[in-house]
Amino acid sequence: MKHALHAEWTKLRTLAGTVWLLLAAAALTAAVSAAAAAATRCPSGGCADDPAKISLTGIYLGQAIVAVLAVTVVSGEYGTGMIRLTLAATPRRVNILAAKAAVITGLVLVTGAVAVPVSLLAGALILSGHGIGPSRGYPAISFTDGPVLRAAFGSVLYLALIALLSLGAATALREAAAAIGTVLGVLYVLPIVAVFDGDATLTRHLEQIAPMTAGLAIQATTGLNSLPISPWAGLGVLAAWAAGSLVVGGILLRNRDA
Amino acid sequence: MKPVLVPLRAEFAKFRRVRSWVIALCAAVTVFVLLSFLSAFESRAPVGAVPVGPGGEAVSDTYMFVHQALAGDGTLTARVTALSGTPELAPWAKAGIILEPDTNQGTAYAAVMVTGDHGIRMQDNYTHDRPGLPGRVGLSSPRWLRLSRAGDIITGYDSTDGTHWTEIASARLAGLPRTVRTGLFVTAPEYFVAGAVAGTPSAATASFDWVSVHGGLPSRPWTGTAIAGSYPVASAPTWKQVSASAFTMTGSGDIAPLVGDIISAQWAGASIVNGTIAALLVVIVLTALFATSQYRRGSVRTALAAGPHRGQFLATRAVVAGSLASAAGFTATALAEVITRHVLAANGSYLFPQSGPGLARVIIGTGLLLGLAAALVVALGAMLRRSAVTVAAGIVLLVLPGILGAQTGNWLMRFTPTAAFAIQATLPRSSLVTSAYTPPNGYFPVSPWAGLAVLAAYTAAALTAATWLLRHRDA
Repeated sequence: MKHALHAEWTKLRTLAGTVWLLLAAAALTAAVSAAAAAATRCPSGGCADDPAKISLTGIYLGQAIVAVLAVTVVSGEYGTGMIRLTLAATPRRVNILAAKAAVITGLVLVTGAVAVPVSLLAGALILSGHGIGPSRGYPAISFTDGPVLRAAFGSVLYLALIALLSLGAATALREAAAAIGTVLGVLYVLPIVAVFDGDATLTRHLEQIAPMTAGLAIQATTGLNSLPISPWAGLGVLAAWAAGSLVVGGILLRNRDA
Repeated sequence: MKPVLVPLRAEFAKFRRVRSWVIALCAAVTVFVLLSFLSAFESRAPVGAVPVGPGGEAVSDTYMFVHQALAGDGTLTARVTALSGTPELAPWAKAGIILEPDTNQGTAYAAVMVTGDHGIRMQDNYTHDRPGLPGRVGLSSPRWLRLSRAGDIITGYDSTDGTHWTEIASARLAGLPRTVRTGLFVTAPEYFVAGAVAGTPSAATASFDWVSVHGGLPSRPWTGTAIAGSYPVASAPTWKQVSASAFTMTGSGDIAPLVGDIISAQWAGASIVNGTIAALLVVIVLTALFATSQYRRGSVRTALAAGPHRGQFLATRAVVAGSLASAAGFTATALAEVITRHVLAANGSYLFPQSGPGLARVIIGTGLLLGLAAALVVALGAMLRRSAVTVAAGIVLLVLPGILGAQTGNWLMRFTPTAAFAIQATLPRSSLVTSAYTPPNGYFPVSPWAGLAVLAAYTAAALTAATWLLRHRDA
C-alpha cells in the first residue's frame, strides 16, 4: 500500500497540469465568491441573505475544477496506456484506487483549506460594505461562530467528497469526457431540473437526493428550518454518492481487463 | 465541387463513419424528449377554466361587485376615503367604480379606481391603463371618481374635492348593450415580498361615500355579487351598506391580464427547458470528443497537412457540429412540444394560448441554441485540446450560470451564454400585474432573440480566439 501511495504521489506531482488545476480551483473559488458578494445588494434591508453562504458561492465553480483533476488522475492513465503498467506494478487493484483516493483527497483538502477562508474573509469584507453585516442584524462571518465554522469545514470536506465521487466515476467510465460529463451532469443538472419542476414535493425530494443541493446544505448558517435537508445529513448524502461511486469503480477495476 | 465544400464534406464523412457519434446524436434527441415528457408527466396542477378577455388574452376576473342596472346614458360618482389591505396592501389593490355589460367572466368593462401604490387609474378591457391623480387615498386625501356613459363611449374623471373634475381618458366599449351593470368594486391581488418566488394572496377593504347614479335606473336597490374567477383569494368578499350612499367592501382577486405563476406554479415550457439542459449535456460531451479526438490520436497533423488553411479547418468543424446539433434540437423540440402539451393538458394544467410564430420561435431557437453551443464547444476543444477540460469548460459556461443565477440575481442570465434560454420564453408579461418574473416561472431578463445573440457572440469570440491559437501554435 505504501508503494502504491508513493507511486500515485509521484505520478500526480510530476504531471504538469496538477499544480495549475489546483491553483485554478483555489483562485476561481475565491474570485467567484468575491464576485457573488459584490453582486449582492439589499437596499431596502430585510433580505433573506445568508452572508456565509454567499461568501462560499465560488464552491459551485471550484468543484468543477476539482472534478476535472480527479477524473484526469484515472482517465489520463487509460488515455496513454499507463494504466497497464500501474496494474502490473500493483496487482492488488483496489490498493491503486485507495492510493489515488488518498493522494487526491489530501491535495484537495489543502486547496480547500486555502480557498474557503479566503472566500469567507473576502465575503465578510465586501458584504458588510454593502450593508449586509452585523450592523443590520445579519449574523457576522466569524471563525469562532459555530454555524460559520461548520460551513467552512463542511465546504472543504464537500470539495474532497466531490473529488472522490469523480474518481469513482472516472474509474468506472474510463473515458475522461464521459466521466466529467456524468459527474457535472449529476451535480449541476439535477438541481436545475428541481428548480424548473413545478411540483413542490418533487422539487424538495430532488434537492434532498441530488449530491450538490444536499451537500451544499452544509453552507447554510441562517434559515436552517427551511432547508430541504439538515446540513450534516446533506453532506452525508454526498458522502453516500461518493462511496457508491468508489465501490462501483472499485468493483469494475478489479473484474475488468484494462 | 467548390473548393470550400471539400473540407466540409471531409468533416461530415469523418463524423458519419464513426457510428457511435450518430448513435449519441440520437441519444441527445431521446434524452431531450424523455426528460421533457417526465417533467410534464410529474407536473400535476389542475386548474379550472380560465376566462378570456375581449382581446382574446387570458385574464383574471375576480372581485367584489356592488351594482345596479343602468339603462342608456348616465353617470356614476363615488368618493373613496380609505383603502387598506390584509396582510399587506398590494401595490395593485384596486377600489373604484366600474361599468360592464354583464357580470360574466372575461366581460368587457371600463373602470376608474384608486390603487395601493399606483395612484388613480382608468382601465378598460384588462389591458388598457391610463394614470390619473397620484398618491395614496386616505381620510385626509379622499379621492372622487366618476364614470360617465354616452353610447359606446365611457369617460373617466377624478377629483380631490368633488367640484373640480379632471378627465383621465375615455374608452370605447364596442357593442355595449343599452342596459349595463354599474357600481362599486374592490379587489386585491397577490403581493410579493422582495426576492420571493411566489406571491401571497391579499384582501383589500375600502370605504365609499357620496355614491350617486344619474340616468335610467330600472332597479333602485344595490346588489352585492362576489365575482369568483380562478384567481387565488385571501378571504371571502364582504360588503355592507352603511347608509343610503355609503358602503364598506372587502375584496380579493384581480381584474387584469393573466401572467405566469398566478393560478398555477407550473410553467408549461419548463419541461422543454429541462429537456434542453439534458440534451445540452449530451451535446457538450459529444462535441468535446469530436473536437479533441484528433488531438489525442495525432490525426490532427494529417488533417492540417491535407488542408493547410487552419482557420477553414476549424470553421468547417464548427459548421458540422453546429448543424448536426441544430438538426437534433429542431427534431427534439418539435417532438417534445407536441408530447408535453398533450401530457400537461391531460393532467389538467393550464396552457397559455400559444401563437404559431411563438411556437416556431421556440423550436427554431432551441435548435439554434444547441447548434451554437456545439460550435462553442468546438472552439473550446481547439483551445483546450483535452476532452475533460473541454467538457468541464462547456458545462461551466452553458449550464452553471443558470444555477448561480438563482443565488445572485438574474444578471448572470443576461451576460453569460445561458442568456440563450430566453428563446424559450412564451408567457405574457404585464406591467399591470406584480409577479415573480423569474426564469423558473418562465420569465427571462433579456428578450428571446437578444438572449440567443449573447450566445452567438460568445461562440463567435471563442471561434476567433481558437482560430488565432490554431494558426500560432504547433499541433
